[in-house]
Amino acid sequence: MTAVTDTTTSPQRADSPEREVAVRLRGVGRSFGAGPRSVVALDGVDLAVRAGEFVCLLGASGCGKSTLLNLVAGLDEPTAGSVDVSTGRPAVMFQEPGLMPWLSARRNVELPLRVAGLGRAARRAVAEELLDLVRLGGQGSRRPHQLSGGMRQRVALARALACTRTGATGLPLLLMDEPFGALDAITRDILQAELLRVWRATGAAVVFVTHDVREAVRLAERVVLLSSRPGRVVREWTLRSSGGDGGAALGPTGVAEAEVTEEITTALREVISSHGRH
Amino acid sequence: MAGTETGSRAEADGLADVAAGLDALDTPVERGTPWWRRLLTRAVPPVVAVLAVLAVWQALWAAAIWPEFKLPAPAAVGEHVGDLVGDGEIWGVLWVSVHRAVLGFLTAVIIATPLGLLVARVPLLRNAVGPLITGLQSLPSVAWVPAAILWFGLTPATIYAVVLLGSVPSIMNGLMSGLDQVPPLLTRVGKAVGAGPLTSARLVSLPAALPGYLAGCKQGWAFSWRSLMAAELIANSPQLGVGLGQTLEQARAMNSMSGVIAAILLILLVGISIELLVFRPVERRVLRGRGLAGAV
Repeated sequence: MTAVTDTTTSPQRADSPEREVAVRLRGVGRSFGAGPRSVVALDGVDLAVRAGEFVCLLGASGCGKSTLLNLVAGLDEPTAGSVDVSTGRPAVMFQEPGLMPWLSARRNVELPLRVAGLGRAARRAVAEELLDLVRLGGQGSRRPHQLSGGMRQRVALARALACTRTGATGLPLLLMDEPFGALDAITRDILQAELLRVWRATGAAVVFVTHDVREAVRLAERVVLLSSRPGRVVREWTLRSSGGDGGAALGPTGVAEAEVTEEITTALREVISSHGRH
Repeated sequence: MAGTETGSRAEADGLADVAAGLDALDTPVERGTPWWRRLLTRAVPPVVAVLAVLAVWQALWAAAIWPEFKLPAPAAVGEHVGDLVGDGEIWGVLWVSVHRAVLGFLTAVIIATPLGLLVARVPLLRNAVGPLITGLQSLPSVAWVPAAILWFGLTPATIYAVVLLGSVPSIMNGLMSGLDQVPPLLTRVGKAVGAGPLTSARLVSLPAALPGYLAGCKQGWAFSWRSLMAAELIANSPQLGVGLGQTLEQARAMNSMSGVIAAILLILLVGISIELLVFRPVERRVLRGRGLAGAV
């Protein structure tokens, strides 16, 4: 269960047939600006995320993690390569909750459903269900300023999940851009556990961007390390393999977890220090 | 395997407890103040300030530094207002001015809202007329009165033209700055949940811009009222009726200082009343709903 496989040499692994591919990136590049002053944020990124898989994109600042996520979310277009998303509308979460301050928690969760044109009763039912899922049942009538930071981020999670309920068929896909980066350590710890629970409950594929190695090791089935400027896939680690059953993932034992954390941290440091040397 | 199962069940329950505890600890506490204390801290200071002004006025009058026709006693002005109220003349005067100001203001809102949206959303227009609209706010609306008289003669159209020219730019400006201040994250969220430009405007940008828009409307009202008084003071004609501005001008013509002060006080009173009775409660409601009521 705790096998750590370095998959750098065999990227085809992700194409294993037992799980459908939710996201496939082929030679994706994204540069900003034109001419000699243009900045290449991403270059030749190949990545496949299977349905129900939890993938952490790890990298220092400037590695284009957020750019990559925006491309998958459809908020941005690649300048090279292709991004194929086989799921319905992905759920997107940012570092800040970004709740509408004039709407109650429930109406915030209803927002994607309202955009999709669902009826009032249907919207309400889905919103109540999702608020229950993030353990905020009964808090739906409160406004964002009446909630704590962790509760707001859970409302944001429920709202993101509501995007996957807009009638489109297909497996849910959750894209998270350092969603716990702005929270205190205790709340972050709780929310990481909550996210794993929600992930198992929904069977969603998760692409989780972070610069925190511990967070990545705790959450991910697969960690993908990106280099900076331009962002490229440097290495991948498969930490857990839940196979086809989609949810029985067991974490590595303490020793193995510490080892992997150490190994990934070393790799991340190498990537970062290569920038100082030129 | 069964052991891990029950173990993780217990762990999940423990997690729920910790999460619930955290929620209870971290939730912002709403401090409620009793109504009488709010009344005491909000209503008493302005009343004291007004009384202090009256006392200074009374003292200056008693010292007889200026002749009576330059500085009348507070009581004399009070008597003047009392006469206006007593013979019922005041209601007609107030009606003439207030209904014009309200009508002018509402028309300004109807004109300024779509124009403001258009200018805020079309970059070319924004660059072309944005600075002009901001600049227009610093033009005193009295400056429009001579032009309006030449265009429309001594008719109500003159008065409405001045009111509109005074208030439309400030409402547009409020709406535009409200839209500018919409946090980019909210717009991104709108896009991420699948909203197109129109839906995003309806469900995200416009509600988010509401506080700025309301501030613009409040200022627009103040400008309407001021412009109206300027127009009424200058444009005197029987067919324009007698409003507060004309009352003020008549008192000056009759050398009645207490009449002049009475009219000024009434103008001030109307302005403050509308602000306190209409705009303040709406603004408070909107800001409080967003957790921003601390300032108001």
